[in-house]
Formats: sequence, structure tokens, C-alpha cells
Amino acid sequence: MSLSRREFLQVLATASAAGFTLTGCDNSQPSSTAAGVKPKKTPNNPYELPPFGNVSLLHYTDCHAQLMPIYFREPQVNLGIGQMKGRPPHLVGHHFLKYYGIEPGTREAHAFTYLDFPELARKYGKVGGFAHLATLVKHIRAQRPGALLLDGGDTWQGSGTSLWTNAQDMVDAQIQLGIDVMTPHWEMTFGADRVQEIVNKDFAKAGIDFVAQNIVWNDENFDLEGERVFKPYTIREINGIPVAIVGQAFPYTPIANPRHLISAWSFGINDEAMQEVVDEARAKGAQVVVVLSHNGMDVDLKMASRVTGIDAIMGGHTHDAVPKPVLVDNAGGKTLVTNAGSNGKFLGVLDLDVKNGKVAGFKYSLLPVFSNLIEPDPAMQKLVEKIRAPYADKLGEELAVTDDTLYRRGNFNGTFDQVIVDALLEVMGAEIAFSPGFRWGVSVLPGEAITVDHVMTQTAITYPNVTLNAMTGENIKNILEDVADNLFNKDPYYQQGGDMVRVGGLKYAIDPNKDFGNRISDMTLNGKPIEAGKKYAVAGWASVQETPMGDSGKPIWDVVMEYLRNKKTIKVNDLNIPKLKGVEGNPGIEL
Amino acid sequence: MNTKRRLFLKGSMAAGAAGVAMSAGLLTPGMVLAAWNEGAFKAKSVDEALSALMGSSSTEAGKIKIKAPDIAENGAVVPVTVSTDMGGVDTIAILASNNPTPLTSSYELGEGALPYVSTRIKMGKTGKVIAVVKSGGKLYSASKEVKVTIGGCGG
Repeated sequence: MSLSRREFLQVLATASAAGFTLTGCDNSQPSSTAAGVKPKKTPNNPYELPPFGNVSLLHYTDCHAQLMPIYFREPQVNLGIGQMKGRPPHLVGHHFLKYYGIEPGTREAHAFTYLDFPELARKYGKVGGFAHLATLVKHIRAQRPGALLLDGGDTWQGSGTSLWTNAQDMVDAQIQLGIDVMTPHWEMTFGADRVQEIVNKDFAKAGIDFVAQNIVWNDENFDLEGERVFKPYTIREINGIPVAIVGQAFPYTPIANPRHLISAWSFGINDEAMQEVVDEARAKGAQVVVVLSHNGMDVDLKMASRVTGIDAIMGGHTHDAVPKPVLVDNAGGKTLVTNAGSNGKFLGVLDLDVKNGKVAGFKYSLLPVFSNLIEPDPAMQKLVEKIRAPYADKLGEELAVTDDTLYRRGNFNGTFDQVIVDALLEVMGAEIAFSPGFRWGVSVLPGEAITVDHVMTQTAITYPNVTLNAMTGENIKNILEDVADNLFNKDPYYQQGGDMVRVGGLKYAIDPNKDFGNRISDMTLNGKPIEAGKKYAVAGWASVQETPMGDSGKPIWDVVMEYLRNKKTIKVNDLNIPKLKGVEGNPGIEL
Repeated sequence: MNTKRRLFLKGSMAAGAAGVAMSAGLLTPGMVLAAWNEGAFKAKSVDEALSALMGSSSTEAGKIKIKAPDIAENGAVVPVTVSTDMGGVDTIAILASNNPTPLTSSYELGEGALPYVSTRIKMGKTGKVIAVVKSGGKLYSASKEVKVTIGGCGG
């Protein structure tokens, strides 16, 4: 091989297409037909991935407890600010298709973009579902002996059943699926004791490693202060090659979620500790070092430029479905960064060719899980049915019918969030409503019934109570500025992921490029300017405080369900999106 | 594990955390009290505080390491560690630029103490954590931005 490692990696990166292309007219028969994957549906089976190399890692992330196949609309607004402008993952719609060379209207275009969402969703059907994911994992693993399955976290939270079973449903599903390694974020919202119970009992018994280099005891535990709570990494042998998987939990869990649930644990990005851990793993003989990350993609990209010795960062948190890895230069060489979408919609497959103790080449595919192309795995289907059976009647209750597509994902608002803020205004009698900019929650197609199941995918958290407070105009502005900076700070290390807080009643303008304190302007309520000193009745939910001010005692799902039952039919006439400034020509937005 | 940690703590204390420098006899309480400078601690700006404390507010960039979170988990107790390889350090001060009174603490190091200070500071809002080191009669500084946020809404 005359190419240097660097050149060779570049060649392969260019040569390896997204992997999932149905637009070709290749008539060749699939090399093998594993049970369950239906090759007849398409002339070129998208799930036939010829094996490559000798080390394979399968990765899914941010499934948010979606055991069943669902619809999920990708964002129409995902702005990159500063250096992130126009770079993956901050491309939407047509910009995305053009960048990755994907034909509009295809299955692939539907998987990765919001374009023609309801029409293509009807055409191509639902995505994800653990029974379908299980079949795909088995199929891909059968061709790749020894492959590891990595779970990037945000698995235990996001559905009625995960909340009501205290995450046991997802733990059982993970074990059934055969995951090998996991790192957390929302898992923490079940509380430190429950996390440790699962890690020390269920996971220990199943041989699953729960890894996080960036969770340490804080000074609430003097004797252990500064020491890690979990294993920072695990070294597993794949085809005789020692492979280190380092965990990077969501660095801002105690800030974005209630700190009191994990009060003795401290998080953070901790680049220096990451470097030490990577060096230690190398010193112990790891020939491949992969970081299983819940940083969010912008943070992953920055970390890849600063820490050396990592072959790949396989990331999640920001729910970005990125078809090709980004190659990042650093002082030690290059690091691949992948991000694998959300809601069980995708399975990432990274094949590495390890020669003479080094990665000599790679192939990566991000496979959309189209439920109607894959037979459900019988054992997993049985488990999912068993999990849901006790709650089937409750989950299936039809609350209203929607005339519009309901979705959440997007920087500023989603139609389902509009329903939530409308419900808060009406049911709580508020003038202004706030709903957090979460990125999870499934989509509902026009004409479908909105069920309790749907509402729970948008609201199922362990701190669901609705609050009602009198807030000054100044307070409201400060909140908007604070959240905007968490989303649009030019330095990714100061971002928290998530989207802008959704607002009902209040109108405002935002310039994401401005600095802290200067992004928000033109705040009005019913056409009148918001006054800094005047108090307004503001409803919200998901307070991270241990004893929230103005706690109504009502969980958000009750408020939304009450509203839906009253309305019977939902039409989102006025999607409240702020007036945007300074984003002309940004390929992260199509409005 | 506990033994190991205690040994480590002992080691790092001997290496110069101010609190321990005191118990090791390098500083006496009287000396600490003598260092109390009301004007500096009540000063409303970084420059004013430094002038009152060190006699000057002009500093040079120094090889000073500040360990602090990018975003504080709790603004009321932000962990900050300051260390430097410089020799002849007799004072280390830690300031929070946007606090109403920026000077949070100042440490007088006895001869032989290594310049290493680990503490908790309170930060009202986002701003710079500034470490100022006095070495050989000259002032050196470094800073790190620490964000203080209301939280929530992530993920």
C-alpha cells in the first residue's frame, strides 16, 4: 500500500457512499439472504451490506423508548451558527439532499429530510420498532462475526411504558436486543439509585458495560470526590483485536435535567480526562479506540479536533441523522465522527479494517429502519407485546383527530408543541406558555387519531408538573436569551443541545448570530409590547427545580389530554415561530 | 480505595492547597488575617480589586492553568483549581469578572508551598474566572469563561 494512512482514509471516505441507495438499477442478486429481511421488495436490497474489514460496530442512539414502529419527521430548521454554518449536521431539506447526492422523493430522501413528509410517510410507511431493529441487527451481525452493538443512550425515557415501568421495559428490550455497551443521558432522570440498580444488577448479569468517563462523584461524597462513578471504558476483543469503547455521557445532564435526581454526581466535557483515558486504553493494548458519545454532534466535532488517538466518535444527543462520517483533523491524525439519528429510525454500521495494530480503512452506513421492509423478530415482538399488554387500553385511547401533521423537531417550534402550548394557555388560563425544546416525540399524520400513546411520546418524563407563575417581562426576556445562548453559542462547548423553548401567546424576533443578551427583540403579547416591569401569567412544565415555583400538581399529559378531548379535531392554524433575523442563505433553514 | 484517596489528598495538600499550607505551619492564622484586605474584597471591578490587593491592575499573560467547568452545574458552588509552573509565587487571587464584588479569594503562599489552589466560588452570572498570580513581584493572569445558566430544556 503506497498510500499513507491519511490518504487511504480519505480515498475510502470518498468511495464509501451512504450505503443505502435504492435508486440504482443493479440487478445482481444479494450475496446472501438472511432470514427476516425481505429482498423481494426491491431489486437492490438496501440491507445487504457486504462485510468489510475485521472490526465492526453497530450503533443506535436516542431511541427514546420507542419500542413500536413510528413516524418521525426530520427538522426543517436546524441552524448552524458561526463555524457550524452550512456544515453537517446543519443542513436541511433540499440542501441536505444536494450535499449528499440523494434524489428527492426516494426512500432515502424521506428518511433523512422533512420534504413531502406526510405523502412520503404514507408511501414508505413507519420506521423503527425494536422487533424490526432486532431483525436488522441479527442480519448485519450474521455477516460480521464478533460485531459489537453500541447504545448511545436516551433509551430509557420517552414513552408511557418506560415511565410506568420505571425503565424496566427498555432495559429488558436492550438485553433482548443484545447490546454490549451503553452511555447515558436521560437515563439519569430515573435517579441515581435506579441507574445503579440497573447497571449493577440487570446489566451486570447480561454482560453489558455502562461506560462514562465524565461522571464523577462531587463533594457530596467526600471520600470518593473526583473518582469516577462508572467504568470510563471497556476493552472488548473483536476477531482477536482489542477494541476500546470509551463512554462520554451527556456533559450537561445536571443542568439540562434536574440536578437533585443525581445530586452527588458531577458531569462535564472533560477533554483532558478523555485524553488520559484514550492514552490509557492505548497503553493497555487497544488497537482501536472508539468513543460512544452523547455530546451532541457539534461538541463531538470540536472534541475530535482536540483529543488525539480516537479512531471514531459515534455520537448522539442532537438527533442528527448524518449519512456519512465527518473526518476531523487533529494533532495525532484523523478522527471519524458519526451521528445516528433518533427514535429507533436508524442503525449505524461502522466497519474497520485493522492491520498491523492500526485502522487502515473504514466503511460506514447509516441504515434507515423501514418497518415494512423488515420482518419483525418474533422473540422481540413477543417481549414488546408483553410489555405493552397491561397498558394497551390506556395507550390506545383516541383523544382527537388531527387535520395536520403533528411533529416536534425543529429549532423554534413544531406543530405538536403548538398543541401543547395552546393546551397550557387554555387549560391553565395563562397569557404566555413555555414548553421545553426537546427533540424527542413522534409524528402523527393528517387524518390519524391522536392517542394517549402519542401524547406520552411527547411528555413522558419523571418531572412532568405544570407550573403557573407571574413573571415580569424582564424575566421572560432573560429566559429566552438564556435558552437561545444554550442553542446558538458560537462555541459548541457552551451549548446544551435541545431546541429553543416553544412559546404560546408571546411573539418575538431572534437573531441567532448575536451575542448573549442581544438575540431577542420585538417581544409582544396581543400586539402590545411586553413591558419589562409588568407581570404576566406564564404556564410551563418540566421545571428542573426540586420544588418548582408555582407547581400546579398537574402533570403535563393530563393538561394536553384534557385539551385534546375537548377539541376533538386539531388543526394548527398558527404555528408560532419567531421572526428570524440574520439567517438568510443559511442552509439550515427552509421556510 | 479510601486509603488511596486519603493518601492522594495528603499528597496534594502537602503540595500546597492554602488551607493545608496553614495546618502544616507554613502560614499562621495571624498571617492570614493580616492578608485580609477589605478594600479589595469590597471593590466593584476587577481592576479596582487588583489595585487594592496587589498595588497594580496591570498583568501579563502567564502560564497559569485554570480548571473550571465550561458551564457551571451550580452557580453557588463552582469548583475552580488554579496551578502554575512559575517559581517564586507568593500570591494567587481568583476573581469572577461579573460578580458584584469580583474578588472571590486570595491566597498567600509561604515559602516552599507549591502554587496550587483548589476552591469553590460563587458566580451570580456568566463571566470570566480570572486567576492572578504574583511571582517575583510581577503580576501574571489567565482567564476562563464559565457560563451560568438557568438550565432546563435540554435534549
